[in-house]
Amino acid sequence: MDFEAVIGLEVHAELLTKSKIFCGCTTEFGGQPNTHCCPVCLGLPGTLPVLNRRTVEYTIMAGLALNCTISKFSKMDRKNYFYPDLPKAYQISQYDLPLCREGYVEIETEQGIKKIGIIRAHLEEDAGKLIHEESEGSSFVDYNRTGVPLIEIVSYPDMRTPEEARLYLTKLKSILEYTEVSDCKMQEGSLRVDTNISVRPKGSEEFGTKVELKNLSSFRAVYKALEYEFKRQSDAVGRGEKIAQETRRWDEAKGITIPMRSKEEAHDYRYFPEPDIVPIEVTDEWIEEIRKKIPELPHQKKERFVRDMDLPVYDAGVITADKALSDFFERCVGIYGNPKTISNWVMGEILRSMKESEIDSADIPISPEQLVRLQKLVDDSVISISMGKKVFDSMFKTGKDPEVIVKEEGLSQISDEDTLRAVILKVIDNNPKSVADYMGGKEKAIGFLVGQAMKETRGKANPQMVNELVREELNKINKN
Amino acid sequence: MELYEYGVCELASLLKKGEVSSSQITRALLDRIETRDKDVGAFLYVDREGALKAADEADKARKDGRDEPLLGVPIAVKDNICTKGTKTTCASKMLEDFVPPYDATVVKRLKQAGAVIVGKTNMDEFAMGSSTENSAFKKTANPWDYGKVPGGSSGGSAACVAASEVPAALGSDTGGSIRQPASFCGAVGLKPTYGRISRYGLVAFASSLDQIGPFARNVQDVALLMNVMAGPDELDSTSAPGKEIYDLNSVKSGVRGLKIGLPKEYFGEGVSAEVKDTVYGAVKKLEKLGAVVEQTSLPYSGYALAAYYIISSAEASSNLARYDGIRYGHRAEKFDDLTDLYARSRSEGFGKEVKRRIMLGTYVLSAGYYDAYYKKALEVRTLIKNDFDRAFEKYDVLISPTSPTVAFGFGEKSDPLEMYLADILTVPVNIAGLPAVSVPCGLAGGLPVGLQIIGRPFDEKTLFKGADAVLQTAGKLRPEVR
Amino acid sequence: MEIDRQTVDHVAKLARLYLDEQSTEDLRGDLSQIVGYVAKLRELDTANVEQTAHVLPLRNVLREDTVKESMDREDVLANTSHKKNGFFEVPKIFD
Repeated sequence: MDFEAVIGLEVHAELLTKSKIFCGCTTEFGGQPNTHCCPVCLGLPGTLPVLNRRTVEYTIMAGLALNCTISKFSKMDRKNYFYPDLPKAYQISQYDLPLCREGYVEIETEQGIKKIGIIRAHLEEDAGKLIHEESEGSSFVDYNRTGVPLIEIVSYPDMRTPEEARLYLTKLKSILEYTEVSDCKMQEGSLRVDTNISVRPKGSEEFGTKVELKNLSSFRAVYKALEYEFKRQSDAVGRGEKIAQETRRWDEAKGITIPMRSKEEAHDYRYFPEPDIVPIEVTDEWIEEIRKKIPELPHQKKERFVRDMDLPVYDAGVITADKALSDFFERCVGIYGNPKTISNWVMGEILRSMKESEIDSADIPISPEQLVRLQKLVDDSVISISMGKKVFDSMFKTGKDPEVIVKEEGLSQISDEDTLRAVILKVIDNNPKSVADYMGGKEKAIGFLVGQAMKETRGKANPQMVNELVREELNKINKN
Repeated sequence: MELYEYGVCELASLLKKGEVSSSQITRALLDRIETRDKDVGAFLYVDREGALKAADEADKARKDGRDEPLLGVPIAVKDNICTKGTKTTCASKMLEDFVPPYDATVVKRLKQAGAVIVGKTNMDEFAMGSSTENSAFKKTANPWDYGKVPGGSSGGSAACVAASEVPAALGSDTGGSIRQPASFCGAVGLKPTYGRISRYGLVAFASSLDQIGPFARNVQDVALLMNVMAGPDELDSTSAPGKEIYDLNSVKSGVRGLKIGLPKEYFGEGVSAEVKDTVYGAVKKLEKLGAVVEQTSLPYSGYALAAYYIISSAEASSNLARYDGIRYGHRAEKFDDLTDLYARSRSEGFGKEVKRRIMLGTYVLSAGYYDAYYKKALEVRTLIKNDFDRAFEKYDVLISPTSPTVAFGFGEKSDPLEMYLADILTVPVNIAGLPAVSVPCGLAGGLPVGLQIIGRPFDEKTLFKGADAVLQTAGKLRPEVR
Repeated sequence: MEIDRQTVDHVAKLARLYLDEQSTEDLRGDLSQIVGYVAKLRELDTANVEQTAHVLPLRNVLREDTVKESMDREDVLANTSHKKNGFFEVPKIFD
């Protein structure tokens, strides 16, 4: 039997406000444990929450960027459960009247563009962090993170493959980064993903039993976990077994999912309207005000790159898919001017180096100024383009300025005609066969001779000049 | 006249005239507390050192020309209102050693006005109760008759004011916890309009019902305390914008032309004859003074108590969930695992009534029951509020007895439901968020009878006029000095 | 209105309250009585009645996104003796 997966994703992103959602403590990442706390976020007896305006605005902004309907009347609710990282023993969240509903995101699959529906996006507060130390008989709690504002985005179970899930996540992350409501760093916990997956025979309209997957620390983990789980469930159903409705934990090391103990009992969250926070009324004016503030979104930027900079659609797509990368690109173009030249660098050396060193675009060790200066060295024929690539590699590794590298490694291009001619004559002397080949009509032989000249000069010769001079000398020979 | 007999305004006046110092007053009151409170037991904690220090500073400040409205006047605070650096226990083993690192907003404002905080008063544990018998630590007796309860949950605050241990005290009122003890002890007790006084620093019982309010022996004192404490607070999202300063003189402006409604449901069978008679007697006197009195009806009154217990217990079950001993509060020593640690800490730390309310609240919010109980109660709340809105189209104030009976004896109301029925006349006011004051209107069988005046939202001014007029008719009400 | 033992146990679990035999039975009786009383609300037809969750007509009470100083860690940890290296200490939690 052929199965298909039915996948939904739940994403939590930390909002980039300066202060927490209900108090003035900083949201800064890191910091010594329990140093970003106050009576309110600790939930001390008698304290009360006061809602941060920007958290509401960022949630609405994200909702607009995700094509959601913004609720005119919204409220906060209490989600009650006991856990040491939850100081009030309830999380202030949104239950039945979320700020944003019914949106979508478009992904580009091999079969074309697919719309992934978003059920809702709502605002809530984060809990603290629990540290479990293997050696100790105890666990430890740090409340710095309690009260950091989160947006929770719940998709419809519209995805059918782990790849679609990955595409959705990539697109969602990109949009959130572009709106600047979150920096979406999974490694810092500012982006968290849970997923649920069920299987059913291909073509069926019924839903199978849903299994939740947690502990996914990267998009790759999401992909692999869904891949594994799809197989596990398909095999089980194929054998006639029932799928237990449960929450499973992805074990990165073993590459499997295991049932989670603590989630065995279904939670009764006893939601009720938060009495300490008054309702939120969102007017059309407020929505428009926020809409105006939305920075250019990825698809808009892509269209602009194609239209105004004449970039190929593919290149524009790659560059704009990643906010930090497109920011880098634009800053370079801002200084240098010619987008195609910069695009060559970005699509070529930059992406390659990022992949090789497993670096995020936010952490590119070269500044736009440095890249432009490197290109100028090539433009001024101080170095050849291929030497430029070597300088780039050095720059990427060391962060040093291109001029410094050229100087330190003595990589200036040789453009002095006499010097070059001497080298070329030597090369011609040493390679009679190639010369003969060229005379006999083999154009390719020039390439070999040029190559030898480049080798002689350890790549420093100005290649165009070498090419011209080699032809000149060969023509001289010809004439004789 | 002894210093401890004066009220807040009188003391402020004496201090201003320089006839007496704050240190003198404070010392006199601390002495009074030492002798009297042995029997009354109103205080959980008397901060002798802190009070004398604050009094001394107040005297110095006055010499420097400062003249804040409460400069040097001693006040007591109910022990569910956070006082920085001083234990705030809510009369519960759960918070026996809890020291808040911050002051409640009202405490901040009292201090800014120069008040001398004398100590923390006894109460029903976590404000749940109507007799102060649910305190985990001690018994508070009614100053009029030591065999009777002072009422609750702010029994300690009512008692220390009635016994002239302090001129004024703070309490909190969720279903009548200021008004009912005021009634039992013969003091004036005000529950302001919901949102009038910041709840920041009041240990939450039922968030949509709780309010802090003052006890005093006369109405001007209550008005003065309101001037100091009331007003919006950026730390409380539910605090109402706008501030009103009450002209203390207007308290005495009388009740001519005041339209008074008497809701018949509040004078029904459950109310004792002697209480009814005393209240009617006071109302008649108001009529002679020019008020216009008429009987009226609030048809949904009979459902208010049920709605109250659902809403307050539900909110309480959530507000008290944070007490797990992890960051503060009682923590069990013997337990199996984390879940067991929570369960044992909470069971050991909470008394019977608190556990009862938490169980009730959890039940009415739980899956399958939410719609039938909690949602229903919120709908009935609308009906009750509408009743009042309609009444206030015709009347300026509504008057009723504060409590169905005078103070009852210790251990008399052993049945929880029986105890809950003591609140039947006060809870509708909290449900609707209205202001209401209880003022002594006479004695019945030697015990004070409280008359409740309910007003329009934010119309405490009219309550003050009515209450003062009633107080004047009641005669001198002070428990015999024993 | 009779609340059964199973319900009491379930609610106690939800509320994280440890109840011995006697307490369970006492609470079962109390709850039955109280719930029986509050159930009278069901007599009322509230199909067309709005819920009142907040008595004041306040909306959009919001604060600006400014950072304020946090508490000294010493004060954060002051009310418990179960702490280590700046953390709160709890019994080991297994996931």
